[in-house]
Amino acid sequence: MEWEVVIGLETHTQLQTKTKIFSGASTAFGSEPNTQACVVSLALPGVLPVLNKEAVKCAIKFGLAVNAEIASRSVFARKNYFYPDLPKGYQISQYELPVVGKGSMTIQVGSGDKAYEKVINITRAHLEEDAGKSVHGAQEGMSGIDLNRAGTPLLEIVTEPDMRSAAEAVAYAKKLHDLVQWIGICDGNMQEGSFRCDVNVSVRPKGSEKLGTRREIKNLNSFKFMQQAIEYETRWQIETLEDGGTIQQATVLFNPDTGETRAMRSKEEANDYRYFPDPDLLPLAISESDISTVKADMPELPEAMKARFEAQYGLAHYDANALTSSRGTADYFVSTVEAGSDAKLAANWVMGSVSAKLNAEDKEISASPISPSALASLIKRIQDGTISNNAAKQVFEAMWAGEGDADSIIESKGLKQVSDSGAIEAIVDEVLAANVAMVEEFKAGKEKAFNALVGQAMKASKGKANPAQVNEILKKKLGA
Amino acid sequence: MINKSLKQLGAMLQGKEISSVELTQEFLKRIDRLNPEINAFITLDKDKTLAQAKHADSLLAAGKGTALTGLPIGQKDIFVAKGWRTTCGSKMLETFIGPYDADIIERFDGVGAVNLGKTNMDEFAMGSSNETSYFGKVQNPWDRSRVPGGSSGGSAAAVAARLCAAATGTDTGGSIRQPASLCGLSGLKPTYGLASRFGMIAFASSLDQSGPMAKSCEDMALMMNVLTGFDKRDSTSLNREKEDYTRDLSKPLAGLKVGLPKEYFAEGLGADVAKVVHEAIAEYKKLGAEMVDISLPNTQLSIPVYYVLAPAEASSNLSRFDGVRYGHRAKEYGDLMDMYCKSRAEGFGAEVKRRILIGTYVLSAGYYDAYYLKAQQIRRLIAQDFENAFKQCDIIMGPTAPSTAFKAGEKADDPVAMYLQDIYTIAVNLAGLPGMSIPAGFAPSEDGKRLPVGLQIIGNYFDEARMLNAGHAYQQVTDWHTQMPEGIE
Repeated sequence: MEWEVVIGLETHTQLQTKTKIFSGASTAFGSEPNTQACVVSLALPGVLPVLNKEAVKCAIKFGLAVNAEIASRSVFARKNYFYPDLPKGYQISQYELPVVGKGSMTIQVGSGDKAYEKVINITRAHLEEDAGKSVHGAQEGMSGIDLNRAGTPLLEIVTEPDMRSAAEAVAYAKKLHDLVQWIGICDGNMQEGSFRCDVNVSVRPKGSEKLGTRREIKNLNSFKFMQQAIEYETRWQIETLEDGGTIQQATVLFNPDTGETRAMRSKEEANDYRYFPDPDLLPLAISESDISTVKADMPELPEAMKARFEAQYGLAHYDANALTSSRGTADYFVSTVEAGSDAKLAANWVMGSVSAKLNAEDKEISASPISPSALASLIKRIQDGTISNNAAKQVFEAMWAGEGDADSIIESKGLKQVSDSGAIEAIVDEVLAANVAMVEEFKAGKEKAFNALVGQAMKASKGKANPAQVNEILKKKLGA
Repeated sequence: MINKSLKQLGAMLQGKEISSVELTQEFLKRIDRLNPEINAFITLDKDKTLAQAKHADSLLAAGKGTALTGLPIGQKDIFVAKGWRTTCGSKMLETFIGPYDADIIERFDGVGAVNLGKTNMDEFAMGSSNETSYFGKVQNPWDRSRVPGGSSGGSAAAVAARLCAAATGTDTGGSIRQPASLCGLSGLKPTYGLASRFGMIAFASSLDQSGPMAKSCEDMALMMNVLTGFDKRDSTSLNREKEDYTRDLSKPLAGLKVGLPKEYFAEGLGADVAKVVHEAIAEYKKLGAEMVDISLPNTQLSIPVYYVLAPAEASSNLSRFDGVRYGHRAKEYGDLMDMYCKSRAEGFGAEVKRRILIGTYVLSAGYYDAYYLKAQQIRRLIAQDFENAFKQCDIIMGPTAPSTAFKAGEKADDPVAMYLQDIYTIAVNLAGLPGMSIPAGFAPSEDGKRLPVGLQIIGNYFDEARMLNAGHAYQQVTDWHTQMPEGIE
């Protein structure tokens, strides 16, 4: 039987607000345990939550970015359960009435000829507070609680079960990861837990309309693990069904060491969270004017920018797509062009050498040792014929290594291209005189001999002659 | 002197007839003598109290005193106060020292009032007799074998026994008004949102409201001026302009339309209480008020609605008492679940557990719609009853409680009988309206004691000044509110 996998994602994005969602405590990561736990974070008796308006702005930004309905009235609810890192014994979340309703995102899956686009529907996104952390092993036989993270604002983004492969799920997650950073609501740091994905996976016979029983893979904090976890889970579910078994709804964890998923204790599923509207908080009202204020503050979104790159700079769809994959890349490209570079050359350099170097050194583009204006000054030297493409690569390497700006490197390495036609003519004459046999071959109709003569002339100039000029002069001399 | 009002004592302080330290010591001496039996205070801290009195004296000396500067006030032990043990009447918080100040504590400190001590209360404000307190029951000063009412029973008994000039209380379903009625005091629950809930340990967040308990309406007006006001730390606090609650105290009552809900005078009301309330109404007629018969048809539903909603909120509010960060933790336990279970089983009393169980049940999957949601719908109907009533009248009057103070232990084993104590007060909380109880006379007990009876006055939203006016006018022509119990001299 042929099987189809059905995948939906729930993503917790930590919002980049200075203070927590319901208190004035700082949200900075990595402080000493419990130094950022105020009376509200500690859930002392008598304390009350007060909503941080910045978190609401983040939610509106996201809603606008995915063309979603933004609720004029949404309600905070209490999700009740006991856990040591949940100080109030309930999490303030949104349940029946979330702040962001239905929206959608277009993803690009695969590359080359197999690349395709797909619309992923967003079901909802809601505001909630993060829990603290349990710290095990710091003291013999005891567990510690760190409440620094308790109350950090989260936007939980939920999709419809629209994805049909691990590749689609990862493409969506990456796109979402890019988007939340693009609009500046999340730092996207997966190691620090700022962006965490829960993936719901089920399988069904291809062609069937009915959804299979799903299992939820919790807390995936890398795209690589997500890919592996979904692939393993899919295989496991298909094998289980083919062996005559059934799938039980469950929450599972992915073990990166074994590459396997495993169900957590079943009593986790028996939780009755007893949601009810939080009487400490009024319903969240968002007016049209609140939305327009946020809208005025929104950066140009990737889709719009992509279309603009194609129209304004004549870039290919694929290139425009790649350049708008992250805000950093797009900003870098735009700054390079604004510093005087040709747009197509800039696109090639950014997607080529720059991106290769960044990948090799695992750096963000914001940490590139070559600034957009420095790159532009290099590209300008190609445009004006000062250096050849080959020489430019050498200059780029030197600039990356911090040896100086483009002009001083060209100077010190003597990479300036010879464009003096008199000098080139002299070289060509020498080459023609020294390679009579080749000249004869060319005249006899052997086209290849021409290229060999160009090569000889370039060699004689130590690579500095302008190849176009060499071509032109050779042609003239040979009467071709 | 002990029977003087806040107003009178304030004048003595301002006139340098007495210092705040002397006045405070006078009350502390009375507490030393009477509190061991009456048990109105859970925690005293004379050093802190006298330091505040000294500070008040320096304010007064510098001419910076205001109406309440230097006056010793009892604070219900539901309010977190920095450096003070704050127990909420529970073993769970037996050793909890407040690390910050509640809004109400800040406000009284801010005007130089003196915190005389933390008053006894039903555990987590759950009760109508003060018998659920972990720190022991409180005696009603009018008859020591009887209860003072609850949950603000300690505050009520303290003022009635003249252990302090006034006290604070909180009222979720009648917890200020019913003990005020049973102890012969004036008590006011303001409109929901007028007083900040920050630092007031939550019982049922959508109903809880703090307010004054004092000997007269004039004193309550002075306290209202201090304890109300916007607080950005409480999202349900109302951002309104500050009011002077004394402004209308002396307005004539002629033409005041008083609504008398027929449901408040129906079956269930004690004949002795009814008699006193009718006499008070007759007095109001003499003052020029006009009586209008009204109906609050959903009154009978208020108790079942309240006993769904309040426990639902409480079951969640009390989850933070888990033994992890503060409060009682069982000495010995196995795993985490065992620690939770033992700590909470040991830390909470029977009534608190009963309400947590009810609340957990009504919020459970499959029951939520039938209980919680339905109760919320009826809550709206109850509010509508009042909205309709206030089209016909300015204020509403009736009994505060169906009976006078009952014997300790009499209803302790019958929760439903206990819950019926709040039949006339609960609807006011459900609607978020202001409600007040003032002394209206006495009814004799079967053993010949004089037991106070309260008259309840319910106002429209933000109509506290008018209610205080109505109460004050009555207190100008009656002396019920200045009478003292015997045996406390």
